[in-house]
Amino acid sequence: MTTKVQEPAAAGGKTGSRAAAASGASPALALLAGWLVPGAGHLLLGKWVRAVLLMVSIVGMFAIGIALQGKVYTPNTGEPLDMLGFAGDLGSGLLYGLARLLGWGQAPVLVAVADYGTKFIVVAGLLNIVAAVDAHSLASGRKPS
Amino acid sequence: MTLSHFSAVLLFSLFTSIVFGITQRAEPKKMVRLGALCFALFVVGTIAASWAMWLIKH
Repeated sequence: MTTKVQEPAAAGGKTGSRAAAASGASPALALLAGWLVPGAGHLLLGKWVRAVLLMVSIVGMFAIGIALQGKVYTPNTGEPLDMLGFAGDLGSGLLYGLARLLGWGQAPVLVAVADYGTKFIVVAGLLNIVAAVDAHSLASGRKPS
Repeated sequence: MTLSHFSAVLLFSLFTSIVFGITQRAEPKKMVRLGALCFALFVVGTIAASWAMWLIKH
């Protein structure tokens, strides 16, 4: 006769692994997809409600920042604060590439609301990194559900 | 597009709170609670800081 005993930590890990296994997504793929397209990491794991909410929040924040005429940072200014801004912007993944490609956010920031726009764009990138890391944690089983 | 300062605060708080709630908690009920708490703290904190700056100036 055998008795099955399930430890809490192992149970959490198995739940996360089961979700990743069911979707066929590896943690690295969830991280990469989540970084490139906001919410895509969670979508790969089958958590579509979270994916939609994350996508609406991050893309909405980025779009509002652009609409407010916020600045999109470029990598080669040499200013330390601009480099930090660039690192934040880069967190938006393909959205950043799209903005650079279409020339969005290149006008000089002249009013306070445009400066708010710059902050919206940077924070959208940082939040996207948080969301992508969350997708990685879900896929690896570090976060139970 | 133009936004008032207050509506910018509300939008920033809303979007940020949604992401914090989803990513920092594992259960839906706790996600909603953390999101609501973050939203309230963002808005109340901003208003408090605004009044503090007004008092310093005057």
